[in-house]
Amino acid sequence: MPHMTMIEALRDAMDVMLERDDKVVIFGEDVGYFGGVFRCTAGLQKKFGEERVFDTPINESAIVGLGIGMAAQGMKPCVEIQFADYVYPAYDQITQEAARIRHRSNEQFSCPIVIRMPTGGGIYGGQTHSQSPEALFTHVAGLKVVEPCTPHDAKGLLIAAMQDPDPVIFLEPKRLYNGPFNGDHAAPAQSWKAHPLGEVPEGHYAIPLGKARLHREGDAVTILTYGTMVFVAEAAVDRLGLDAEIIDLRSLLPLDLETIEASVRKTGRCVVIHEATRTSGLAGEIIACVQEACFYHLEAPIIRVTGWDAPYPHAQEWDYFPGQERICRALTSVMES
Amino acid sequence: MRSNSKLSFAHPPARPGEKPDFSAVDIPPAGVLAVPALDVTATDCIELANSLIRVLDDDGRPVGPWADYLGTPDAETLRTGLSDMMTSRVIDTRMLNAQRQGKMSFYIQQIGEEAIGCAFQQALRPGDMNFPTYRQQSLLIAGGYPLEKLLGQIYSNAYDPLLGRQLPTLHSAREHGFFTISGNLGTQYVHAVGWAMANALTGKENIAVGWIGDGSTASNDFHTGLLSASSYWPPVVLNVVNNQWAISTYTGVARGHGRTYAARALGYGLPALRVDGNDYLAVMAVTKWATERVRGGHGPVLIEWYTYRVGAHSSSDDPSAYRPKDEAKAWPLGDPIERLKQHLIARGDWSEQRHIQAEAQILAEVVEVQRRVEAAGTLLDPQPIPGASIFKGVYADTPEHIRRQRQEMGV
Ligand SMILES: Cc1ncc(C[n+]2csc(CCOP(=O)(O)OP(=O)(O)O)c2C)c(N)n1
Ligand SMILES: [Mg+2]
Repeated sequence: MPHMTMIEALRDAMDVMLERDDKVVIFGEDVGYFGGVFRCTAGLQKKFGEERVFDTPINESAIVGLGIGMAAQGMKPCVEIQFADYVYPAYDQITQEAARIRHRSNEQFSCPIVIRMPTGGGIYGGQTHSQSPEALFTHVAGLKVVEPCTPHDAKGLLIAAMQDPDPVIFLEPKRLYNGPFNGDHAAPAQSWKAHPLGEVPEGHYAIPLGKARLHREGDAVTILTYGTMVFVAEAAVDRLGLDAEIIDLRSLLPLDLETIEASVRKTGRCVVIHEATRTSGLAGEIIACVQEACFYHLEAPIIRVTGWDAPYPHAQEWDYFPGQERICRALTSVMES
Repeated sequence: MRSNSKLSFAHPPARPGEKPDFSAVDIPPAGVLAVPALDVTATDCIELANSLIRVLDDDGRPVGPWADYLGTPDAETLRTGLSDMMTSRVIDTRMLNAQRQGKMSFYIQQIGEEAIGCAFQQALRPGDMNFPTYRQQSLLIAGGYPLEKLLGQIYSNAYDPLLGRQLPTLHSAREHGFFTISGNLGTQYVHAVGWAMANALTGKENIAVGWIGDGSTASNDFHTGLLSASSYWPPVVLNVVNNQWAISTYTGVARGHGRTYAARALGYGLPALRVDGNDYLAVMAVTKWATERVRGGHGPVLIEWYTYRVGAHSSSDDPSAYRPKDEAKAWPLGDPIERLKQHLIARGDWSEQRHIQAEAQILAEVVEVQRRVEAAGTLLDPQPIPGASIFKGVYADTPEHIRRQRQEMGV
């Protein structure tokens, strides 16, 4: 099986879908001739032509709004927002339009659009290239929200998202574009090309939305996380030598409640980890679900490890980032209770 | 039945491997356009918004009504302008090198666009406020902003007035009339209009100055800014820096089937001018006119500065993937430093030898500041700003949940 970076895997998914379905169109800022600032669409315009893959003016609400109009008229747009931090001009279009067109028209119209965007920090990007806004979307009925953390999942989930009949927010942890990251920024960069999870099947395959991935099996404690934090959590678990179960949620809306609950019932302990700011973050929702379903199986309070409630800083990035230290502290505390 | 419509997609005149081609750039001779009355209306600006105001002719001589309107600037003013532009360029060159050496995370150059910020700043007064983009460090340099603060922000160290919170070049300098820069494009344009409205409402005689790039005129906020300026008629100058590119995207994508960005303002009922942004004297003359108009209570105005982005978009970008390598050299309006230098020499107020001396002096000054600032920490030699500083200033008063998080951080 070929190895790919996450960038190549995403490109391959779009390539496969452009080939299979002539209703698929790809557009966004710098995605056409240049192939995107992260190169995710490199070569696609050359291969499929400008009517299928094109550059847009810098207007995110237009990118999504045009996509909604096209989707309602039967096309399958997969649009790119250059950074998740720049999605806010499109927030109206996403939350008030895309999310509700099916429901409010009693299914006369629908909106099969995929909105891709790089998310998360770890690249010295400061407050406007590092945000993790997933909770702003998981709060909205009618949207699906996905965040893969491996090239294999990135391709399979993007294909599933592009085949889905409803709008999907597709978050790409940019720190993982080229390789896994264990939270130690001083360590040499790793590549997907030498990693088992960088193996990506050729051609078409879809990973169903709504299903979590068991990243590592264990009995002592359940770690619920996604995106960049999956590998940081794994490194923390290795450091402590814990028999932890790590669940990569990958579908943030809907959540795979069955997998989550079965694991917590088994281990009786739970830590939830994300990069996003804490207050009203997704961890709060996940912990509420776990508490409601697993209260009598719990042997310790559930702890969350998150980004702090401050704008994502530039110079203090590694004080902000919920790294191995903080995860180890949380795990130790949960194990000692 | 098939549709009669086919979508249109804008293309730059040349791509990598092709010869740069600016033959479609329409450049009128210098000195042919009139200076309008300060209270000119949009309907009387059609030519000014579609043509190009130029003052220096091809021999470096100021000609025409705008040259007359400007008068003859004294030699010291122009030498200061030249020195500001040279300082900006030296900083750009050295900072990009330092970034390449891994001393900072990121950098954005303004090479080729120096005349616009440097000349514009000279017309501003204490209390006026710029709402800039990341490509307008030249406003700060010409405004006498201390270089150690400027570089400190770029190195995110103890010299940084913003405590390392912001990406390099996203400055904020209230005392120097420089509003805090957001990475989110376009937002500042509406702020400029609101600030100007507040000045009018509170009887302050100061003006506000909005800045935006050609690509970012596509944002909702650009249009909101124009409409608001048209509705309320506040004291604001709205600038568009058209440097032909928005990262890899050719300016035609944002311009669509419109002819110029200046002309866009006419539809909103705003007077607008289009100017050679590489001509220091044209920038001076038009800035003088625009600030006089706005200070005089005649209402807002939009100016499109026509220029070329000589460098990469940022230190993360490689333009050889989307435009011809030598396109900058082919730019028909030349280099702003070279043109002002030639003009000063033609006036007898400068010489090649003085230029070389000035270059050496500016370089020495920047190198000295850079050495001092680097001693306070670079990415290669980090001297971290305390992590807990990120909680300061989230709110005026720190709420309990943040106090607890600061404790949890262990500092
Ligand atoms: C809302 C938003 N969308 C996208 C971006 C990413 N981005 C940063 S700079 C840039 C190009 C801006 O081009 P232009 O306005 O012409 O200014 P220039 O860089 O040429 O000075 C883009 C797309 C952003 N910063 N903010
Ligand atoms: Mg531009």
